[in-house]
Amino acid sequence: MTIDLTQFHGAFFDESFEALDLMESTLLSFTVGSPDRESVNAIFRVAHSIKGGGATFGFGEIASFTHSLETLLEELRSERMAVTQPICDLLLKSVDVMRAMLDAARTKQPHDAQSVTDLQLDIERLILKHKAGAPGSAAATLAPSASGAAPASVEWLISLRPDPEFFERGTDPARIFRELGRFGSLVVTAQLDALPSYRAMDPKRCYLSWSLSLLSNAPETAIREVFEWLNADCELTLTAISSPPAPDGTQTAAAPAPAAAPDATAPAPAIEPVQINAPPDAGSIRVGVEKVDELINTVGELVITHAMLSQISLGVTGPAADGLRSGMQQLERNMRQLQESVMRVRMLPISTVFSRFPRMVRDLAQRLNKQVELKITGETTELDKTVLEKIGDPLLHLVRNSLDHGIESAAGRAAAGKSFVGTIHMKASHHGGSIVIEVGDDGSGLDAERIVAKARAAGLVGAADKLSEEQIQELIFNPGFTTAEVATDVSGRGVGMDVVRSNVIELGGKIEVHSERGRGARFLITLPLTLAIVDGLSVAVGDQTYILPMTSTIESLRLTPSQVTTIADGREVFGFRNEYLPVVRLYKFFGLIPRARALHEGLVVVVEGAGRRVGLFVDDLLGQQQVVIKSLETHYGRVAGISAATILGDGSVALILDVADLIRSAAHREAA
Amino acid sequence: MSSPSTDPTAAAASSQVLTFVIGEATYGIDIPCVQEIRGWSPVTRLPQAPADVLGVLNLRGAIVPVLDLRLKFGSATVQYSPITVIIVVSVMSAKGPRDFGMVVDGVSDVIDIAPQDVRPAPDLGATASSACIRGLIPIAGHMVILLDIDLLIGKDFSAALPDDATRAA
Repeated sequence: MTIDLTQFHGAFFDESFEALDLMESTLLSFTVGSPDRESVNAIFRVAHSIKGGGATFGFGEIASFTHSLETLLEELRSERMAVTQPICDLLLKSVDVMRAMLDAARTKQPHDAQSVTDLQLDIERLILKHKAGAPGSAAATLAPSASGAAPASVEWLISLRPDPEFFERGTDPARIFRELGRFGSLVVTAQLDALPSYRAMDPKRCYLSWSLSLLSNAPETAIREVFEWLNADCELTLTAISSPPAPDGTQTAAAPAPAAAPDATAPAPAIEPVQINAPPDAGSIRVGVEKVDELINTVGELVITHAMLSQISLGVTGPAADGLRSGMQQLERNMRQLQESVMRVRMLPISTVFSRFPRMVRDLAQRLNKQVELKITGETTELDKTVLEKIGDPLLHLVRNSLDHGIESAAGRAAAGKSFVGTIHMKASHHGGSIVIEVGDDGSGLDAERIVAKARAAGLVGAADKLSEEQIQELIFNPGFTTAEVATDVSGRGVGMDVVRSNVIELGGKIEVHSERGRGARFLITLPLTLAIVDGLSVAVGDQTYILPMTSTIESLRLTPSQVTTIADGREVFGFRNEYLPVVRLYKFFGLIPRARALHEGLVVVVEGAGRRVGLFVDDLLGQQQVVIKSLETHYGRVAGISAATILGDGSVALILDVADLIRSAAHREAA
Repeated sequence: MSSPSTDPTAAAASSQVLTFVIGEATYGIDIPCVQEIRGWSPVTRLPQAPADVLGVLNLRGAIVPVLDLRLKFGSATVQYSPITVIIVVSVMSAKGPRDFGMVVDGVSDVIDIAPQDVRPAPDLGATASSACIRGLIPIAGHMVILLDIDLLIGKDFSAALPDDATRAA
């Protein structure tokens, strides 16, 4: 019977990529010269397992490459070969090559086979050179020993007494014995004394035990490893006898009783189920993203339905009213809990994104001839999976920028009295309902003068304009802006920072920069913990209701006529905490008829976005509530100043304001 | 007229069309793209939308734009009463299926048409609204104007915004 193996491919790829990540991070943490033994073992197991899977599923090239890799790793883990820096580099390159092969196999695309062959050749050469050079190395490999093995051959007496439930775990003694047989000559004797009468026998229980005699020069660890995954299922004793005994005529190589042994239909290369280190959160299950999304959608609908019921319950009078209202409050508490739990389901630690940076920083720093140390903190901070997927690229760009422009060359740093090794730090933490990610360096900081000069040259800023610190830093987010003299292939093409910002904004977040000339620069990205639900302030403008995200709202106030000044071209400003802010009349922006036109008859809500603050003039504040974000773009498209829509308790649609876009568009229109 | 179920060759060729009334004229659209027919409910206005895009509606959790076809086809005055009807249709776009609602005066029958009976639309000059007419067909004494839904809405609402100013007088 042929089983369609393609259904297992997905799991194989997923697990292999995960394993390669582990291998890479282990390699990066190696102390060259004296690597931790367990780490080398872990890497060996990665190669071993990918080899096994590759062979099972017919990925010959992968199996062959990992076989060579495994051979090298075997030399390393048995400490016959030292782990040197060049070997580390070679192993890191192997990770890349394996990733490329797996990717090609998964997407059924071609890949660079030449690089695979080259690297494999390098590995083989290394092994041969080592073998040729090593004086009288004991041939303690796993190759089946032919007769006439090296003199130091040991006889092992192995007694195997399994628990009765042995077979229920799917273990097949025949396979184990075959494996053992590769070490040397093996004689297996089954002890049949525990076998009950045929009628009394339960075919699923194991009544057998075995004594084995193995003549081999393999090390004890290798032999024990064959039984590795039997764990506590049996009693195992291994005794070594130095001189090989004469073969005993009474021994029989008995096969286990047929009724009890499940016949192993293993494919041709015996696949050993080698364990990769269990992921830290052992006891987890894989769930398809669509299932989680569906769950989240349903919870979102629940929030809407609850809001609707809430509204209705407010109007209920009579004997049932109290009970209904307290019931609704209870429901709200339950719902909040459910919401939080469901949101957490989609949350993953940011370490999955941070983990690719050590390698990248190492490689790039080498390329740029700079010494840079990367410090990561807060990597266990969790965020939503979708946010996680999209935050990688912006972070990548920020780190590259730091490496390329921020951190000075060794000479530059010495001249500035700094340590030779520059530091880039990446931090993640929770603040209130947001997650804050910081990417900073101790390099030269933003050069304000050069930025302003470049902006003037590009016509973004007038020659005579005086700009605040904030505004200067805001300039770097302009499309096409770069102070790099020449675009390197690393950065400096000027498409970076504005894409970083628009990516961050798309995720509902914001990005700020703090810089100190000569000391360094820090970029702070603030993101909402979840994309699906937002805390909103509902405002009335005319007969329409709009939702203002709380994260953008600072304060709301009622202005008196004396607080407002009209300047030059009809623009209105008012004083707020030591600065003057412009007023944006929302009804004008949206083309609505307001209830109040005089500023003191309505309310002004101070909001923040795009590095600026403005006061939005509205008719009224209606309340604060959590709203479920619904896309406007699925069936319609983008609207200036609007980020999305939501459904209110009464079933009607309210638009959610995109404060940054609003501020930018309003400024644009004023200027026009 | 033979019904499609008894005449296999005709069944393969004929299509079903939902007819509806705007003012004095009767229009038709292919049934497969019709999602549902519902009564009028207030919509939320969209800023900077063209005059015939009334706003968006909550359609069982999805935010769906609503177009007033009566305005698009040049009705001078329109009213929104409990008997005003919205036909919700779905078109296939590059981004996937997109739904929108069309406000009409009333819905009529579903009719079977044979492609060979469809006459080409007369050349009335290229206006935004006539561009979406794919043909005319005489049914029971009067003309039904067949509309192409995809052309009606354009590839993207936003793309339709700038030059949707022209309307048949």
